[in-house]
Amino acid sequence: MADLTREQVAHLAQLARLDLSPDELDHYNEQLNVILAAVAQVGEVAARDVPATSHPIVMTNVFRPDEVRPGLSREDALSGAPAAQDDRFRVPRILEEEPS
Amino acid sequence: MTADITRLSAATLAAELAGKQMSSVEATQACLDRIAEVDPQLHAFLYVDAEGALATAASVDRRRDAGEELPALAGVPIALKDVMAMRGVPTTVGSKILENWRPPYDATVVSRLREVGLPVLGKTNMDEFAMGSSTEYSAYGPTRNPWDHDRIPGGSGGGSAAAVAGFEAPLAIGTDTGGSIRQPAAVTGTVGVKPTYGAVSRYGLVALASSLDQAGPCARSVMDAALLHEVIAGHDPRDSTSLPGPVPDVVKAARTADVRGLKVGLVKELNGPGYQAGVRQRFSEVVELLTALGADVREVSCPNFTYALGAYYLILPSEASSNLARFDGMRYGIRLGDDGEANVEEVMARTREGGFGPEVKRRIMLGTYALSSGYYDEFYGQAQKVRTLVQRDFAAAFADCDVLISPTCPTTAFPIGEKVDDPLAMYLNDIATIPVNLAGNGALSMPIGLAPEDGLPVGLQVIAPPRLDDRLYNVGAAVEAALEDRWGHPLIEEAPQ
Amino acid sequence: MNTKVTPALVPYDDAVARYEPTLGLEVHVELGTASKMFCGCPTAFGAPANTQVCPVCLALPGSLPVVNATAVESTIRMGLALNCTIVENCRFARKNYFYPDMPKDYQISQYDEPIAIDGYLDVEVPTSDGVETVRVEIERVHMEEDTGKLTHTGGATGRIHGADYSLVDYNRAGIPLVEIVTKIVPGTGALAPEVGKAYVSQLRDLMRSLGVSDVRMEQGSLRCDANVSLAPPDGPLGTRSETKNVNSLRSVERALRYEIRRQAAVLDAGEKVKQETRHFNEDDGSTSPGRSKEEAEDYRYFPEPDLMPVSAQPEWVEELRATLPELPAAHRKRLQSEWGISDFDMQSVINAGALELVEATVAAGVSQAAARKWWMGELAREANDRGVGLSELPVTIDHIVRVEDLISSGALNDKLARKVFEGILAGEGDADEVVAGRKLELVSDDGALLAAIDEAIANMPEVVAKIQSGKQQAAGAIIGAVMKATKGQADAGRVRALLLERLPAEG
Repeated sequence: MADLTREQVAHLAQLARLDLSPDELDHYNEQLNVILAAVAQVGEVAARDVPATSHPIVMTNVFRPDEVRPGLSREDALSGAPAAQDDRFRVPRILEEEPS
Repeated sequence: MTADITRLSAATLAAELAGKQMSSVEATQACLDRIAEVDPQLHAFLYVDAEGALATAASVDRRRDAGEELPALAGVPIALKDVMAMRGVPTTVGSKILENWRPPYDATVVSRLREVGLPVLGKTNMDEFAMGSSTEYSAYGPTRNPWDHDRIPGGSGGGSAAAVAGFEAPLAIGTDTGGSIRQPAAVTGTVGVKPTYGAVSRYGLVALASSLDQAGPCARSVMDAALLHEVIAGHDPRDSTSLPGPVPDVVKAARTADVRGLKVGLVKELNGPGYQAGVRQRFSEVVELLTALGADVREVSCPNFTYALGAYYLILPSEASSNLARFDGMRYGIRLGDDGEANVEEVMARTREGGFGPEVKRRIMLGTYALSSGYYDEFYGQAQKVRTLVQRDFAAAFADCDVLISPTCPTTAFPIGEKVDDPLAMYLNDIATIPVNLAGNGALSMPIGLAPEDGLPVGLQVIAPPRLDDRLYNVGAAVEAALEDRWGHPLIEEAPQ
Repeated sequence: MNTKVTPALVPYDDAVARYEPTLGLEVHVELGTASKMFCGCPTAFGAPANTQVCPVCLALPGSLPVVNATAVESTIRMGLALNCTIVENCRFARKNYFYPDMPKDYQISQYDEPIAIDGYLDVEVPTSDGVETVRVEIERVHMEEDTGKLTHTGGATGRIHGADYSLVDYNRAGIPLVEIVTKIVPGTGALAPEVGKAYVSQLRDLMRSLGVSDVRMEQGSLRCDANVSLAPPDGPLGTRSETKNVNSLRSVERALRYEIRRQAAVLDAGEKVKQETRHFNEDDGSTSPGRSKEEAEDYRYFPEPDLMPVSAQPEWVEELRATLPELPAAHRKRLQSEWGISDFDMQSVINAGALELVEATVAAGVSQAAARKWWMGELAREANDRGVGLSELPVTIDHIVRVEDLISSGALNDKLARKVFEGILAGEGDADEVVAGRKLELVSDDGALLAAIDEAIANMPEVVAKIQSGKQQAAGAIIGAVMKATKGQADAGRVRALLLERLPAEG
C-alpha cells in the first residue's frame, strides 16, 4: 500500500473540515502512514466470501409508531446556539450550494 | 465520621440508607467533602454538581421518611462520565468544542438514575470524545491514578475509575468502546463492566463509534456493579440498537458466586509474551484459583483476534469521523473564527481545528480516509469482514465454554506522558479488550492483585456470550470472594491514601 | 459579482431535429406522516421557526434516530404502485457532507440497498393527435430525510450569493422524504419536455391516490430535479445537466425545453456540455449554472450503525399491496368505460384538469354528458380567461346539480341555464337566486303561451296551411316566433305540444 501523500492529507482535512496548519499536515501525514501500515494487517485476512458485520447484534424492523411526541421548547432548542436571530440559528454566509 | 462513609460499598450504603442509619444527604455530603479534599490532586471530576446532588439526596430522604418503598440504590451517590447528556449540567465530553454546553435533555441512563434517585455528584474526566486509553487526551488536563499520581488511571473513562478508586464516589457510569470501562478498572484496581451491546441505552451517550459504544457500571465490588447494572440496563425505544426482552438477573448471579462445573476458556491469543510478567503471573494464579474453585479451565484459540486491533482502528475512526461531523459550531458548542468575513465552510473548519485536540483530529482524518471512495473496500469494508471473523471465533469458543478469560490489559498503569505522542503504543493497550466490542459480548474487569514488579493493580477480564451478562457477575463474584478471603480485605484497601 | 451571461439558444424544433434528448427525473416526495422520519416531532407546514424540533432532529450530541413505521410502509406502497420489486433486505446509510441546513452533517439515506427497485410508470402523454403512452422505467425508490430551511439575509437579492449571513429553521429537518429515480428515458424525441411534465403530473396523481403525501409542489412537498442530455442520432449518450428544484409542472416542461435548446447551441458550437447542476428561473424560463460536478463529491457512504436493517418479508409486502387503492391509470380506464366515451373525449377531460370534478358531478347524480358539457364548456373557458383552475371558480358541483334539476323539471332550458351560470360566476348567488334575480324562469303558464301561439297563427296563415296538410316540421317557424315573443323564456317542447293541439292535421 502506497503511503498517503501530503496532498491527500490536505484533501482529507478539507473533506473533514479541519483547518490544519502546515506543521500539522506534516505531522499527521507521518502519523497516519504509521497507523495505516499497522491497520493494513486486516488486508492479510482472506475474507472474500465473508459477509460484513455492521452491527454486533442484528435485529430487523426496529420501528416506532408514527406518533407525535413533545420536543424541545424554542428556548431550549436555541439555548446552545453560538448565534441566533429571529428565532433561528444564525450561520455565516454560505458560498457553496448544497450538493445533491 | 464522613471518611468512613466514603469507604462503604454501594450495597452497604444502600442497606444503611434503607435502615435509616444514615441519610442520603449525609452520604452525598461525605462524597462531596472527599471530592473537595482529594480531587484537586486526582482531577477525576470536570464538574461537581453539589447543589443538584444534595437536592436529589434530600428528596430521596423525604420520600423515605414518608414511608415510601424505594429501589435498592435510592440515595446512593454516583459519578457520571462526561460523555452522558444531563439536562442543565455542563457536558463537554472532555472536549473544548463543547465547553460550557448544557444539554436541554437527559440521556436515558440519566433518566434512570433520576427515577431511582441516585444523587449525581458530577461529571468525570475522560479522553476527549472517549478517544484514548489514559485520560491524557482530555482537553481539561489528565486525571491521576489514585495508586500512583504519576501514572495514568486508564482511559477513556479514567475519571470515573479514579473517582471510584479514590473513594470520591461508590459508583460511577462509564462507557466502553474498546475498553474504556475495563482498562481503567484494571489499572485502578476497581470493577468495571461492559454489558452486551444494546443492554444499556445509548440515547444521550455522545457517540464515539455507534456500533461499539456501550455504557456500564464502575464500582469497587462485583455486587455493587451488579446493583448499578440492574438500574441502567433495559430496553429503550429511543435507541434502535437497544435489546428487547428482560435483563438477566445480574444481582442474583453476583450472589450465587459459584463456578463449580463451569467451563472457562483461556484465550490463547489474549495472553503471552507481549504481556507484562506481573500481569501474566497474577493471571495464572487466577487460573489456578478457578480450578481450585471447581471450574473446568481449558485453552481456546481465537486466531482472528490478531486482526481485531486493525479492524477496530478502522471501524472506530470511520464511525467517529461521521459522528463528530455535527460539531461544526453552528447549533451548539463553541464557534471560532467567525469574523464576519469568513464563510460558513471556513468557520466550520476553524471551529473544528481549534475545538478538537490532536487525537480526535488524527482519528477523524483516519476515518475520513477509510471511508473515502476508492478505499472503502480495502479498509472499512475489509474491517467489517474481520469483525464477522472475530464473531465466529467467539461463537466457536462459546460452543465449548461458558465464559472466556484473559488479562484485561497487557500492562499495569503506565506513567503519564509515556505514550501520549505515540498513538500506536497507546492503541496496543486495548489489544485484549477490543475483540469484545467488535463482537458485542459483555465483559467484566476486576482486580486480581498487584504486579510484583511495580505494586500496581492487575485486572482479570471475564467474557460471556452475548446477552448472558449474568455469567460475568457469577464468575466475578466467585473470584472476588476467594481472593478477598486470601487477602483478608478488598484489594482497593491497599491503595495509598 | 453576479454577471449573468445568457447563452445562445437553438430554436426548439431545430434542436430536436439535430439531437436526440435523453431524460432522467429525480423526484423527492415529502411524506405526509404525522411525525418525522426518525423522531416524534410534528411535520406541519408553516409552523413558527424551530418549534417542531427535538434533540434528534437538531442532532444534539447523544441523540439517536428511530425509524417511523408508517414512513416505511408508505414507501413500500409507493414502490408497489410503481411496479417495483420490494427488496427483501435493505438498510439505511449515511451520506456525509457538511452543510448548515443538515444538523448531523450527514443525511440518513439509502445507498446501495434501496427499499424498492426496477419499476415503471406508464405515462399518458397528450400529443397533437391524441395520446401516446410512454413507459418511464424506475431505477429506485429510497427513503431519506429532509433538511432544514435556510433564509439568506443581507445583500440585495435574498439569494445565497451576496448574502451576509443565513438563518436556519430546523422544523423541516428530518421530515421523511422518498426519492424516486427514473432510469434514463430515451427515444422521446421532440416530446421529451411533455413526457417530463406528464411523468411528474401522473406521479403526483399516484402519490395523491395512495394518500402518502399532499404532493403540493408550491409548498415543496414534491420537488423535481430534471436531467437531460443530448446526443446526435445513434450517437453515444451525451453529458447531462441536472436542473434542480423545478417546482411546478409547467416549469418541468419549460426547464427541459430550455435545456434542450441551450445544450443544442453548445453542441452546435462544437463545445462540450458541462456536467453541472443548474437552477431554473421562473421569471424567464431559463436555467443558470449552479454547482459544478467536476470535482466529484465524496460522500463516504457507509451503513448507518444507529439503525437496524429493514426486512420486507413477503407477507408484509402482500398485506401492504392489499391496501393499495385503485390507481389513477386503472381508475381512468374504469371511468371511461362507465361513461362510454372515446379516448379523445376522455383525454380532453384529463387535459382540462376536469376529471375529478366531472367524476364527482356524475357521482352527485348528473349525467356524464351534462357534467362534461358544463365543466368542459363555459366553465373551462371562464377558468381559462381568469387564469385559475376549474376548482377555483365560484361554481360548485351543487350548483350544477341544481341547474340540471331545473332543466329536467322544465323550469330552465339550456340557454337559460347558461345565463344561470353566468350569474353564479358574476357572484349573484346560487342557482335559484340567479333565476329569481334575473327572472329566468320559463313561461309555464299555458294561457300566456296560447295567447302568443294564437297571435303567431294569425300572422302566418301559409305556415298554418302547411302544418294542417301534415308537414309538422313547418311548426318550427311558429315555435320560433313564440319563443321570440316570450324572450326565450318558454319551454319549446311545451309550445310545440300546444301548437299541435291547436292545429290538428286534417284528414
